[in-house]
Amino acid sequence: MDMYSLLREIADSWVLLALVIFFLGTVVWAFRPGSRAVHRDTADIPFRHEDRPAASDEEGSK
Amino acid sequence: MSDYLKLVVLGVIAVFAAIAANFGRDLAYQVHAIIILAVAGGLFLWVLRNTDEPKPVIDETQYADGVVRAGAIATTLWGVVGFLVGVVIAFQLAFPALNIEWAQPYANFGRLRPLHTSAVIFAFGGNALICTSFYVVQRTSAARLWGGNLAWFVFWGYQLFIVLAATGYVLGATQSKEYAEPEWYVDIWLTIVWVAYLAVFLGTIVKRKEPHIYVANWFYLSFIVTVALLHVVNNLSIPVSIWGSRSVQVFAGVQDAMTQWWYGHNAVGFFLTAGFLAMMYYFVPKQVGRPVYSYKLSIIHFWALIFLYIWAGPHHLHYTALPDWASTLGMVFSIILWMPSWGGMINGLMTLSGAWDKLRTDPIVRMMVISIGFYGMSTFEGPMMSIRAVNSLSHYTDWTIGHVHSGALGWNGMITFSCLYFLVPRLWNRERLYSLSAVNWHFWLATIGIVLYAASMWVTGIMEGLMWREVDANGFLVNSFADTVSAKFPMYVVRGLGGLLFLAGSLIMCWNLWMTVRSAPERTHSAAIPAE
Repeated sequence: MDMYSLLREIADSWVLLALVIFFLGTVVWAFRPGSRAVHRDTADIPFRHEDRPAASDEEGSK
Repeated sequence: MSDYLKLVVLGVIAVFAAIAANFGRDLAYQVHAIIILAVAGGLFLWVLRNTDEPKPVIDETQYADGVVRAGAIATTLWGVVGFLVGVVIAFQLAFPALNIEWAQPYANFGRLRPLHTSAVIFAFGGNALICTSFYVVQRTSAARLWGGNLAWFVFWGYQLFIVLAATGYVLGATQSKEYAEPEWYVDIWLTIVWVAYLAVFLGTIVKRKEPHIYVANWFYLSFIVTVALLHVVNNLSIPVSIWGSRSVQVFAGVQDAMTQWWYGHNAVGFFLTAGFLAMMYYFVPKQVGRPVYSYKLSIIHFWALIFLYIWAGPHHLHYTALPDWASTLGMVFSIILWMPSWGGMINGLMTLSGAWDKLRTDPIVRMMVISIGFYGMSTFEGPMMSIRAVNSLSHYTDWTIGHVHSGALGWNGMITFSCLYFLVPRLWNRERLYSLSAVNWHFWLATIGIVLYAASMWVTGIMEGLMWREVDANGFLVNSFADTVSAKFPMYVVRGLGGLLFLAGSLIMCWNLWMTVRSAPERTHSAAIPAE
């Protein structure tokens, strides 16, 4: 089998499957139990540290 | 020690550029060699004067905002230049006599057109992206920019790229790839600058104090990484001579066309969409004062956009030598892409829920909302135009130009303006903008300008498409190409006027921002917000 056909075959079988699974995985991950609190905290990031970086001994959020 | 190394490198570059200016085989190359000679020579002197002097200490407890300020100035100035050239070429199309005889070939439409597109996309849009990304990544990482003065190298290196590209177009150096016109040595320079940009951005994320990476940074990162990939692959070329600007592409024929539109469409997707969505995800919540509507939706929006956009390029090549399956693939992915686009639009708009009254009181919020509205409109129009049957009417007509401008002026332009209005008072420590009514004027001038532009291009584009395909009872074409050109004249004038209004609005913005820095009251309270 020449290179093109080989790559083509891999691309539209296993690689396609892997990409779809990865994408669906991100959706499932976004809706995982317990993500709500994390997302609420992350969504508030723009409202912290407007004027100066976090001091070296402090963590950004709780 | 590093100063000595810099001196050696700069000296070698300066000597090489001097030799190149002498041996150069074409005008653009010679002029570029002289520019590089001047820059390298100037930097050599500057480094020399500072060698073995005490170095200023970098204060890690402050954000690096100097480079963001410079970026805001560059964005504003390049924006005006780009819009001005756009207005000039719009009137050149309406009145060909404006291709002034004595200025040929330099001020010809064919050379000014890439100057316009590169000035607005790369100079205005690129500076907006670099400047806002440096601002946002610091605030959302609670850390100063990584790499000390490397961010300044990115800023000035990018300006040098713009100057080389712009002078190259006017002097006739182009590799004839749309939105990737600069020749090989300019491409190499941009690659170096871009890698430094990635290092600064990624380095800042790595040393972040926040446990999570805010969604805006994901979008910025995808923009930086993908543009690097697109730029390198699409610009694979072999110089004819090291003493000339001419180069030959590695790909040929339909492979070259496919590579070009893989690049071209993803330049839209990752430069003008992902990067600007990052701006939306930070600045809209900040200006409205509430977090993004749904963080989950923003995650899905991100991954869906990344996975779909990269496939959409072939819709630029319907009815060409490209195999049908490939252009069908591009078309299908373009249509699916409608969904994440509108998901993102809804996420941006719904961030205002509970604060819709700001639409009435805050002209900056109004500007953000209309830009998101235009984003929604052009991401509906785009998938529609990618359908093969629609494309057979719209392709090669001015409908495409109208579509691009409703996206570029409406979405990219308006969101950038609102970010500048947000940033300038904060960066220069001002209490507020100098004039809110001037923002209102800008808003309406720009909006009416875009409406005139888009409406005239729809009319003229569809008219021209229909005229091209019109056949008489015997199957002969009814119209010659020149017939369509003369029929388009009134719409060309309206389009030029629309551009003029948009330009006028941006000039009002320049004045307003200048006055804000000069005479708006200083911000009194030091708003050091303690961490939770």
